[in-house]
Amino acid sequence: MSPGDATSAPAPSPPAGEAAGEPLLRAEALTKRFGGLTAVDGVSLWIAPRSIVSIIGPNGAGKTTFFNMLTGLYKPTSGRIVFAGRDVTRARPDVRTKLGVARTFQNIRLFGAMSALENVVVGRHVRMKAGLLGSIARTPSVRREEQEVRARAREVLAYAGLAKNRFDDLAVNLSYGDQRRVEIARALASDPTLLLLDEPTAGMNPQESDRLTEFMRALRDDLGLTILLIEHDMKVVMGVSEQVTVLNHGERIAEGSPAEVRADPAVIEAYLGVQDKS
Amino acid sequence: MSELRAQIEEWRAAGRRQVRRLPSWSNRAAVGILIVLGALLPFAFAETSGFLNATIISLAYVVMALGLNIVVGFAGLLDLGYVAFYAIGAYCVGWFGSDFFYKAHLHVGVSHFAGTLPGIHFNFILILVCAVAITSVMGCLIGLPTLRLRGDYIAIVTLAFGEIIGVVAVNGQGINLVDGMTLTAGNLGIPAVDLPYFPIVGTFNLLDLRPWYWLIFVIMLVVLFVNLRVRDSRLGRAWVALREDEVAAVSMGIPLVRTKLLAYATGASFGGMSGAFLGAYFTTVNAGQFAFSFSIFVLAMIIVGGLGSIWGAVFGALLLSYINYYLIPDVLNGLPGDFGLNFSLTQLSFGIFGFLLVIVMVLRPQGLFPERRRALELTEAIAPGGEEGAPVPPT
Repeated sequence: MSPGDATSAPAPSPPAGEAAGEPLLRAEALTKRFGGLTAVDGVSLWIAPRSIVSIIGPNGAGKTTFFNMLTGLYKPTSGRIVFAGRDVTRARPDVRTKLGVARTFQNIRLFGAMSALENVVVGRHVRMKAGLLGSIARTPSVRREEQEVRARAREVLAYAGLAKNRFDDLAVNLSYGDQRRVEIARALASDPTLLLLDEPTAGMNPQESDRLTEFMRALRDDLGLTILLIEHDMKVVMGVSEQVTVLNHGERIAEGSPAEVRADPAVIEAYLGVQDKS
Repeated sequence: MSELRAQIEEWRAAGRRQVRRLPSWSNRAAVGILIVLGALLPFAFAETSGFLNATIISLAYVVMALGLNIVVGFAGLLDLGYVAFYAIGAYCVGWFGSDFFYKAHLHVGVSHFAGTLPGIHFNFILILVCAVAITSVMGCLIGLPTLRLRGDYIAIVTLAFGEIIGVVAVNGQGINLVDGMTLTAGNLGIPAVDLPYFPIVGTFNLLDLRPWYWLIFVIMLVVLFVNLRVRDSRLGRAWVALREDEVAAVSMGIPLVRTKLLAYATGASFGGMSGAFLGAYFTTVNAGQFAFSFSIFVLAMIIVGGLGSIWGAVFGALLLSYINYYLIPDVLNGLPGDFGLNFSLTQLSFGIFGFLLVIVMVLRPQGLFPERRRALELTEAIAPGGEEGAPVPPT
C-alpha cells in the first residue's frame, strides 16, 4: 500500500502513516449529487481508531454534505462507507448511531422544549430497551433503566462542563456555550466510538476554543474516542488534529499532517486564490 | 477523584429519589378521591338526565382528544383526518355487534337474547379489541405516505385520508363483500347496534345512562393512564424529540419510521375505542356522522387545552363538548327567543366556537393548561421581547 495521492483516481487510499491496521471508518469515493450540482465528488477518507481528523475547506466545499453521508442523513450517489468493518452505506441513521457514530451540528440543533437533561436522555435512546408495553406497565426493569439513564445523563452533562443548576433548564433558555456543551453531551450519551463535530468552535472566543480543544483531546485520551472534525478555526485544526483533509468544490485537494497541508500549494490557492501573474 | 465519585453517587441517588417521588402517597390519595368522585357522579343526576348524556359524550371526546394529542401534540404530526378513526371504530360496532352481516352466525360472549339473532355478535370488550387492532393498522397505513412529509403537507394528506374514509362510508353500500352483504349501509345507517352486555351487570339500556357513564369513565381512565405513562417514557421522549427537530432526533438514533408509525397507531387506536363506544351509545352507525368538522372539533379541543399537554387535552375536550352538548342546546338554547329573536342558539354553535377559539388564541396562545415545557418556553420568550406586543403562538 502506497500513501495516497490526492489527485489520482477515486480509489481508497490510506493516508501516510495510517496504512497499518484497520481504520475505524473508511469512506470510499463518496459522491453526492443534488440534481446537477455535485456537492461531494469522489472523496475518500480513512480514519484510524483513536485519532483526531479534521476536514477543512472554504464555504460550500461539501464538508457538511460529507458529514451527512457519514451519519446517514443523505444516501451517497455512489461510493461506500465502512464503519468498524461493516458496510453502512445504506444503513439508516439510527442504525449507525447504535453502531457507534454520533454527531453535533453546525447550527446547534437541540430539542428546544426539552430540558438539558432530557436532551441527553434522548441521546441515550439507542442504548435503552423500554418498549411501548413495558413503559405502560412500568415494569421494574423499565424503572431501573430510567433511573440509570438519568444518572448517566447527569454524569455526561457534568463531564461536558454544564453547571449542575442548569440541568433542568430548557435547552432554548441556555446560553450559547452551554447549548454547545449539551449538544456534545447528547452525542456522548449514545456511547459512540466515532464522534463527528461540525464546527464546534463556531461563535466561541479564543479561550473557549482552547478549552474545547483540550476537551477533544481528553475525549480521545480518556474515553478512547475517535473524532472527526469540521473546523474553520485554523488554530484549533492545527493544534488538535493528526490528519487533515482539505475539500474544495466537493473534491479532496489535499490530505496529510497539518504541517503538510499548510504548505500545500493547492490548499493555499483554494483559500487565498491564484496569484495574478500578468 | 474520590470527590468526583462521591458527587456522581449523590446524583445517582437524586435521580432515584426523583423517580420514586412522582407517585407519592398524597398524590395517590388525591387521584383516588378524584376517581371515586368521578365514579359517584351519576348518582347526583337522574338516570336519563341531559347532563349525564352530555357527560358521557364529553368523556368519549376526552378519549378522542387524548388520542389526537399523541399524534399532534406529542409527535407534532398535524392530523386533520382523525374522523377516519371515529368512523372505523364505530363501524367495528356495526360489523361485529349487529345483524348487519345477517348471513353470518357468530356469537362470542353476548347475552342470551343476542345469541339468537343472525349476524356477528361479539361482546363489547372484544369489539373494543377489534376496533383497536383495526384502527392501529389503519393509523399505520395513513402514516406511511406521510413519513417523508412535514407540517402542512401532512395535514393535507391526512385530511384527504379522512375524506376518503368518509366517502367509502357513504358509498360502502355499493361495495358488495359476499353474498349481497355490503361494506357499510351508507347514509341509511346500520340500525339497532347491540347494546353492550356484561355478565352480572346485564345488558345496557337507554333508560338508565349510568352504566354507559361508568363504561366510558373506565375507558377514559385507562387511556389517560396509558398517556401519562407513555409521556414520560423512552417512546414519549422520542415523539417530542421528533416534533422538536426531526433531523437531530434521527441523528441521535431515533428510528423515524417506527416512532412515527407508533404515534399514528397509538393515537388512532384511542380514536377507534372512542368511536366504538359512541357507535354503541348512539345505537346506529351512519355515514353522515363522520364529517370533516369532527376532526376540527377534536383538534380545537387539544389546541384550546394546550397542545402536547395531557391535562390540557382532558379539560379542552370537557370544556368544548360541554358547551356543545349541554350549555348551548340544554341551557342557553332558548336565550334568543327570550329576546324575541326567531332562532335557537344551536344554529349559532359554530359561530360561538369560532369566537371562543379566537378569544383563547389571542389571550392565551399556549392553551388553558399548557405543557410544562411549552409554558416555560412561551413565558420566557414573551418577557424580554415586550416590544412585540402580541405573543407569538408556538410553532
